[in-house]
Amino acid sequence: MTTSEASTIGLTHGGSEDTGLGNRGPQSKNIVVPYGFWLFVLSDMVLFSALFATYASLVHATNGGPVTSQLFNRTNVAIETLALLISSFICGLAVIAAKRKEMLWTLIFLFLTGFFGFVFLVIELTEFAGMIAIGAGPQRSAFLSAFFTLVGCHGAHITAGLLWIGTMMAQIWAKGFQPHVTRRLLCLSVFWHALDIIWVAIFTIVYLIGTLP
Amino acid sequence: MTEPDLELMNVAPGEHHDSMLSETVSYVVGLGLALLLTGISFWVASTTSLWGPGVATGLVVLAIAQMGVHLVFFLHITSGPDNTNNVLALAFGVMIVFLVMIGTIWIMAHMNSNMGVNPQLMNLQTQRG
Repeated sequence: MTTSEASTIGLTHGGSEDTGLGNRGPQSKNIVVPYGFWLFVLSDMVLFSALFATYASLVHATNGGPVTSQLFNRTNVAIETLALLISSFICGLAVIAAKRKEMLWTLIFLFLTGFFGFVFLVIELTEFAGMIAIGAGPQRSAFLSAFFTLVGCHGAHITAGLLWIGTMMAQIWAKGFQPHVTRRLLCLSVFWHALDIIWVAIFTIVYLIGTLP
Repeated sequence: MTEPDLELMNVAPGEHHDSMLSETVSYVVGLGLALLLTGISFWVASTTSLWGPGVATGLVVLAIAQMGVHLVFFLHITSGPDNTNNVLALAFGVMIVFLVMIGTIWIMAHMNSNMGVNPQLMNLQTQRG
């Protein structure tokens, strides 16, 4: 962008070059789009912090119902954690493959990312179904309401992420590595890594601390 | 003075940029560290050889460390000058997260312990959800 262009859209002041932007104008879309998405991800973390705070306040409000140590299974949680971590790792490999414009590897890595995410989701839903079957559903106590809201919200994000991964594979397949497609892929990887960060907090605060002797 | 290349001034979050580690190595190191910290977390939670009351705090510290590993090696958030915007946004997010969580837990715990008119009334174990 030339200086005259920048001044017509208000990026420079008349006669002064000292705008804080130099004479470069705004950043390119490749920076601005993922940055905006980063702000969304951070606001999502703020949302989860409210759910964590609720859970921590209500964890002992069991109304005579089952308590944390009776409900959670550490082996399941370990498998879930491993699945999500591997999924996150492979998602990074997909971004690297996309940068090298290797179509087949990008699609393979994205498929594996989605596959491990799906494994995680199946284990989580099985756990939920098992809890509801023994009468420990979200309506049993304030603790269980908070539990299903917090962990279920993370599961809903994973589900949305899986849909996104499927869409992304289709777009890369159909449109190739165009700039706007690779930008979306980068945003997807930020989203997916962020979900793994939130899971670290969940498996520590909910599951591990909940099953301490 | 010539302006540096546009893309060198800022780096998008999640975008890798030049450093000592190649991008793939960075992910492998991150995976290794994350596995190690996860393993330690599960061990700390299972073992009886540690001082019981300190275990929960230790687990929280390990979780925060693992979040740091994810941020640095997977999301490539660094302290470099091209990452200033990303780090500032993160710092603000972390501040809000801590205010919400610590503030809530602090206030609710004090309300439970200080405002108990009738211990039976305030006992959360017997309250309906």
